[in-house]
Amino acid sequence: MSEVLLQMEGITKEFPGVLALNNCQFELRRGEVHALMGENGAGKSTMMKILTGVYQKDEGTVTYQGKPVELTNPKAAQDAGISMIHQELNLAPDLTVAQNIFIGREPRRRLRLFLDDQALHRQVKALFQRMGLDMDPAIQVSELTVAKQQMVEIAKALSYNADVLVMDEPTAALSETEIEDLFRIIRQLRADGVGIVYISHRMDEIKRITDRITVMRDGQYIDTVLTAEVTTQDIISKMVGRQIYETSKPEAAAGERETVLEVKGLNQGRALRDISFTLRKGEILGIAGLVGAGRTELARAIFGADRIQSGEIYIHGSRVKMRGPHDAVRLGIGYLSEDRKRYGCVVDLDVKSNVVIASYPGFLRPGGWVNTVKIRKQAEDMVERLKVKTPHVDQEVKFLSGGNQQKVVIGKWLTRDCDILIFDEPTRGIDVGAKSEIYRLLNELAAQGKSIIMISSELPEILRMSHRILVMCEGRITGELDHEEATQETIMHLATARM
Amino acid sequence: MNIQIKSGALQQVLALASLVVLIVFFTISSSNFFQFSNIVGILLSTAVIGVLALGSTFVIITGGIDLSVGTVMTLSGVMTGVCITFWGLPVPVGILGGILMGALCGLLSGTAVAKMKIPPFIATLAMMMIAKGLALIISGAKPVYFNDAESFAEVSQGSVLGWLIPGLDIPNAVVIFFVAAIVGYLILSKTIIGRYNFALGSNEEATRLSGVNVGFWKIVIYTLTGAFTGLAGVMMASRLNSANPALGAGYELEAIAAVVIGGTSLSGGKGTIIGTVIGALIMSVLTNGLRILSVPQEWQTVVVGFVIILAVYADILRRRKA
Repeated sequence: MSEVLLQMEGITKEFPGVLALNNCQFELRRGEVHALMGENGAGKSTMMKILTGVYQKDEGTVTYQGKPVELTNPKAAQDAGISMIHQELNLAPDLTVAQNIFIGREPRRRLRLFLDDQALHRQVKALFQRMGLDMDPAIQVSELTVAKQQMVEIAKALSYNADVLVMDEPTAALSETEIEDLFRIIRQLRADGVGIVYISHRMDEIKRITDRITVMRDGQYIDTVLTAEVTTQDIISKMVGRQIYETSKPEAAAGERETVLEVKGLNQGRALRDISFTLRKGEILGIAGLVGAGRTELARAIFGADRIQSGEIYIHGSRVKMRGPHDAVRLGIGYLSEDRKRYGCVVDLDVKSNVVIASYPGFLRPGGWVNTVKIRKQAEDMVERLKVKTPHVDQEVKFLSGGNQQKVVIGKWLTRDCDILIFDEPTRGIDVGAKSEIYRLLNELAAQGKSIIMISSELPEILRMSHRILVMCEGRITGELDHEEATQETIMHLATARM
Repeated sequence: MNIQIKSGALQQVLALASLVVLIVFFTISSSNFFQFSNIVGILLSTAVIGVLALGSTFVIITGGIDLSVGTVMTLSGVMTGVCITFWGLPVPVGILGGILMGALCGLLSGTAVAKMKIPPFIATLAMMMIAKGLALIISGAKPVYFNDAESFAEVSQGSVLGWLIPGLDIPNAVVIFFVAAIVGYLILSKTIIGRYNFALGSNEEATRLSGVNVGFWKIVIYTLTGAFTGLAGVMMASRLNSANPALGAGYELEAIAAVVIGGTSLSGGKGTIIGTVIGALIMSVLTNGLRILSVPQEWQTVVVGFVIILAVYADILRRRKA
C-alpha cells in the first residue's frame, strides 16, 4: 500500500450539550479514494470540518505528510494542501471561470498593479489539462451547469496544489452522465497521487469509486474496511446498528378514490408547459425526471410560491387561486423544499418555533397572545413521534444535523395537519436509517388518507414508494406509469424523451 | 461554556454592565451627576428618543430599516397641533390623530416595502421626505402652539406619579416611555406579531414557504413602528408645548444608534426591547454626564460615535466566539 498521507487520531469535539466526536480516527493514503460513511449526526461533517480548519478539535492529533499539524483556520488548511468541495458551491456567479479559480491570487504584472489575464488563462488551461477537462476559462460561472461549476471548484482546489480533497455529496445534483465525468476526474486525480475523502450516502457509487470505507456512528469511530471485501448489507448494519425498514411495493390505491387535487394546463415560461394531472386521496404520486426537468418548479407553482402564467388548479373539485403560499397552506397544502436550510426551516430559531411556524393561529390564546405551554407540548410530541435527535426543543435548528432538520420540517406540516403534502427530494443528503424512517412515515400518512406528491431523483426510491409515477422532461409531463409497469428503464426512457 | 446563555441575553448583560459602569464613572467624577433632579432629567431626555427607538426595533428585527421616524415624528406632532389648535378638537382626539398619522405613514412605508418590493432604505428615505414636506404644508411652515389647550402640555410635563405619591415628581413622559417599553416587550415576546417578526427577520423565504403571509405581517410591523413614532411625536409636542415642523430630522439616526447599542442586529432576526431601553439610556447618560463634566457639545457627539462602534464590535466579537 502507498504511504500514509493523513492520520487523524483520538479526535474529540464537544459542542454545548452534545459530544459530537468521541475519540475518532481516520486515515488517508496517497492515491486513495476513501469513503466516509455514517448516518446524519454520526459526526462525518464535524470530522471533516476539523480537518479543513473550520472547527478546532478539543483533543487528538492530526498528522499530515508525516508531521503533526495544527490547522487553525480554513486558509491554513488550504495552504497546506487540504481542500474541501462543499455541497453548496462557493463561486462568484458573475466572475469568469478563471477569475474564480485564482480569486485573491490573480497573476499580476508591471509593479503588480495590473492584472495579467494571459498568465491567468495559461495557468487555468494547464490545470484543466491535468484534469482532462475541456472548458473555456473565460466563460461566466453563472452560465455553467451545476456539474461544470463543481469541476471549477475541483480545479480551484487543485490550484492550491491540493494533496487532500474532501468531497461532500459531490453527486447530489448531478445526472448519470455528469457523474461519469466526475468519476473520470476522480480516477485521474487518484492516479496523480491525490488522497480523496468521499462523503456520500449512495451505496452504488461508494462501491464503484472508493478503495476503503470508514464508518462512523453517533460520534464514534466504528470500522475501516476495504470496499472490495464488504457487501452493502455489511456497511448498512455497521452504520445503523439496527434493523432497516424495507417497504414492500405499495398496494395499488384501492379503486377510484376521490380526486383531491387536479391541475389543468399549467404553464410557466419555459419551466412548465401544459401540465395536467390529478392526485387522489391516500395516494403517493411520484414525480421522476432529471435535474432541470421542472419538478421543483411544478411543486412551487402548485404551492403558490411562484406565479403561473396560465392554468387551473382544483382542490376537492373547486377552482382555487393562489396569491402566495399562505393561500396554499390555508387550503391544506404543505411543501417540503429540497433545500431545507434556505427554504425549509428558519435555522436561527429553535425547534419549537419551527414546529409551529405554519400553525401559529392554532396556538394562540384569545387576544393574539402566544400559548407557550401548548407550543412546547406540541414540539415535544413531534420530537418524540419523529425521533428528532435534539437535547431539547429550545435548541436552535442550526445545531441539528440535516436529517434531523428535515424531520423538524416534517413536524411543521404534521402540526398543520395538511391534506396534501409535497415532498421535494425528502431524503437528499440523508443517511439510510433516517431514510427508512421517512419512508415509513410517508406510508403511514398515505394510509391515514393524506395525499402525497413525492419528487425524487433516486429511481429505486420512486419505484418503491409510489402508487403512480409521473415522469417529467423539459417542463412537460412525458408519461404516467402505474407502479406495476414502472421500471428504472421505462422511467429513464420517458425522462429523456424530448418532445 | 457549560452554562447555556440564550443568545441575545449576554449582549443585554454587556449593555447593562456598560450602563452601570458609565453611571458609576460619572457619579465618581461629579457630585452633580447622581442627583434626583439630574436622573429625572436624563430619563426625560431619553423618553422621546426612547419611544422612537422602541418602534424602530420592530422594523430592524425584520432586517429592514426605517429612516423616516424622525420626520414622521415631526409630522405626527404637527398633526396633533392641527387637530387641537387649528380645528379646536379635544386633546385626546388630537393625541389619537398624531398617533394615527404615524401609523398611516408606517402603513405606507410598509406597503411600499412589502407589496412594491422597494428596498426599506429607499422606501423609508422617500417617506422621510414626504413627511418632512407634509409637516411644513399642514402647519403653514410655522410652529403650531398649544396655548389654547393648557392640558396638552401636561401629557409630557405633568406628573401623575407625583400626584399619586407626593415627592415622586417624575414627569409623565418618563412614565409613558416605560409603559411603551412594557407594551413593546409584550408584543415582541408574547404575541404572534413578535414571533413572525423574528421568523421573517431570520429567514423570510422559509417563513413565506411555511404559509405565513409575510407581506401582510411586514405591513403590520411597519405600521406598529409608525404608531410608536406617532406617540413620540405627541410626547415631543407636549414637552415643548409646540409642534415645530422644522425639528426632527436626525432623530432617526439616534434612534437607530440606540437600537444597535442595545444589541439588535441590523441584519435582522435578533434583538430585544430591554436592549433598546438600555441602549437609549446609555446614549442619554453619556450625553448628560459629558455635559456635566463640561465636555463641549461637539466632542459629546464624537464620543457617542465611538461608543456605537465599540458596542457593535463587542457584539461581533461575542458572535464570533459563539
